[in-house]
Amino acid sequence: MSFLEISDVHKSFGHNEVLKGVSLTVERHEVVCLIGASGSGKSTLLRCVNQLEQVNSGEIHIDGDTVTGAGVDLNRLRRDVGIVFQSYNLFPHMSVMDNVTLAPIRVGGVSKREAQEKAMVLLESVGMGIKAKAFPDSLSGGQQQRVAIVRALAMEPRVMLLDEITAALDPELVGDVLEIVRELAHEGLTMMLATHEMGFAKEVSSQVCFLDQGAICEHGSAQQIFEEPREERTQQFLSRVVKSGRL
Amino acid sequence: MSSSSLIRSDVQPSPAPSPPQPVLPLTVAAVVASVIGIALMVLAAVELRNFNHHGVVSTIIGVVLVLLTLYPLWPTLRSIGAGRERARLLQDGKLVAARRSAARGREDAQIGMGYAVASVVVALLLLMVLANSAHGNGIAHTFFSSSAWRQSFSQMLPAFWINIWVALIAQVLVLIFGLLLAVMRMLPGRAGAPLRRIAIVYCDVFRAVPAIVVIYLIVFGVPLAAPGLTKISPTLLGVLALTLTYSAYVAEVYRAGLQSIHPSQTAAARSLGLSYFQTLRTVLVPQAVRRVIPPLLNDFISLQKDTALLSIAAIGEALLTATIWQAKLFNLSPVTLAAFFFIIITIPQARFVDYLINRDASKRAGG
Ligand SMILES: Nc1ncnc2c1ncn2[C@@H]1O[C@H](COP(=O)(O)OP(=O)(O)O)[C@@H](O)[C@H]1O
Ligand SMILES: [Mg+2]
Repeated sequence: MSFLEISDVHKSFGHNEVLKGVSLTVERHEVVCLIGASGSGKSTLLRCVNQLEQVNSGEIHIDGDTVTGAGVDLNRLRRDVGIVFQSYNLFPHMSVMDNVTLAPIRVGGVSKREAQEKAMVLLESVGMGIKAKAFPDSLSGGQQQRVAIVRALAMEPRVMLLDEITAALDPELVGDVLEIVRELAHEGLTMMLATHEMGFAKEVSSQVCFLDQGAICEHGSAQQIFEEPREERTQQFLSRVVKSGRL
Repeated sequence: MSSSSLIRSDVQPSPAPSPPQPVLPLTVAAVVASVIGIALMVLAAVELRNFNHHGVVSTIIGVVLVLLTLYPLWPTLRSIGAGRERARLLQDGKLVAARRSAARGREDAQIGMGYAVASVVVALLLLMVLANSAHGNGIAHTFFSSSAWRQSFSQMLPAFWINIWVALIAQVLVLIFGLLLAVMRMLPGRAGAPLRRIAIVYCDVFRAVPAIVVIYLIVFGVPLAAPGLTKISPTLLGVLALTLTYSAYVAEVYRAGLQSIHPSQTAAARSLGLSYFQTLRTVLVPQAVRRVIPPLLNDFISLQKDTALLSIAAIGEALLTATIWQAKLFNLSPVTLAAFFFIIITIPQARFVDYLINRDASKRAGG
């Protein structure tokens, strides 16, 4: 059985069917990239995996356990599934350190000292150790996003979901954030990421899924999708991306 | 050039340089306004001195007021100078310099006019207040009798102290009870529905019923309904009544604050594994409280004022004491004194609220 199995997931907002039967399997240590136009359902799919959105039908299994439907301990599930958002979503009233240690202390039951020591190690590994006492508003977007990644990592998740985490950043800040993701990939963290950074997707992903209007139109290895896309819609999407100078 | 090009390429004629604007009409208006202001103020000062039987203090105040109304003449005179300069520069063909002088002169004239109009308003108010005063009635005597103030002051001050501590206790209780109501209103799911409804009904009812009615019912009703409670002082019951009323408003303020926080904050907290209540406690409430401080303080100012309503329940606070003195002296000035007390404690708070709002605004602009 695969580590993460998404089978025939449907999701609607009112009458708007956003996911139309998405199935996908992710093995341990895999990095899966979701690409596709804006509004194709990438964010919604990621949010369904950690149950920020509830699926209408279909099932999602993590490590053999069903995580969709009633009776799932959501707070327990979310400890295993970290998510980083496009807009960072740091808590503005807390220092960087408090942002990172909030969940380990309140949810993980770790002592404050232990949590802070661990947070410091993580922050230093992304070059944010000196900003531990700073507040989010005083940081650049790239710095905030690095803190947000650390905040998710502090819960030691088994899967990380990254939702266009560089889309809101100034171009010169993108590299630092991607470098961290690259490192996590090398260390073998299982990840699903929605991204518009095609070059990066090509480099790190073991599997690329092209989403189109709420369905997986095509998926395969990065090489196959980018070099010889089979579906016409994939080809069109990629040629538009090339025109915009992103590939 | 081709007609499909995005910009027009044929050269437009350069516009004629604009002439300096006139200064004289504004200067004349400023002079007229200043003169009217000074004349009215002299009249008012004479009235004031007569009303106070030519006392020294009133003479000094009158002189100071008249001197103050002379102030607008100063920018007005400067504008005359600037107008002359404008004419000279224009003759020399120095167009830009002339425009600058004209602008300066017009600005000075407008400043002079602003202060002159203000002094006219103040002088008219003074005249109105002092009208009829010679016959022992009129506004000054009815509302601002200094002898009535002197006689009632020693009792008014401790009475007003009651208003202050009633307000303080009620404010603390309202902060707690209001938050409780707001959280009740935000309970999630079907399980939360009954308590949610109770909170909604509570807020609707207590915002609908006038505070004075609640006070009446509580202060007179509680001892009747529960004879065991007759020992509770009416003042404490008044505190209770104000708390019940204002908690409904403050709950709404809290709720608006909680709802103003972007859902992405909740998503971030929940995705870290925090429960609904942990999210509320550590992420939503701390941010909401910061945002609601200005509207909260506004409600507190109203609460403070509404402590005067306790007078209908025979609680000896400032208004009741003032009306007793009014009956004794056949003069309303003690009530005006109560009004002054409220003004004195409210204005600093109102300024503080403004300060907080400005600080938040500039922070947002800067951030
Ligand atoms: N909370 C929501 N309520 C209603 N519609 C939503 C909501 N979230 C997303 N949608 C809709 O779902 C569709 C897919 O959105 P999304 O998953 O964000 O796409 P992507 O991340 O690929 O740009 C969009 O049409 C969007 O309008
Ligand atoms: Mg998205």
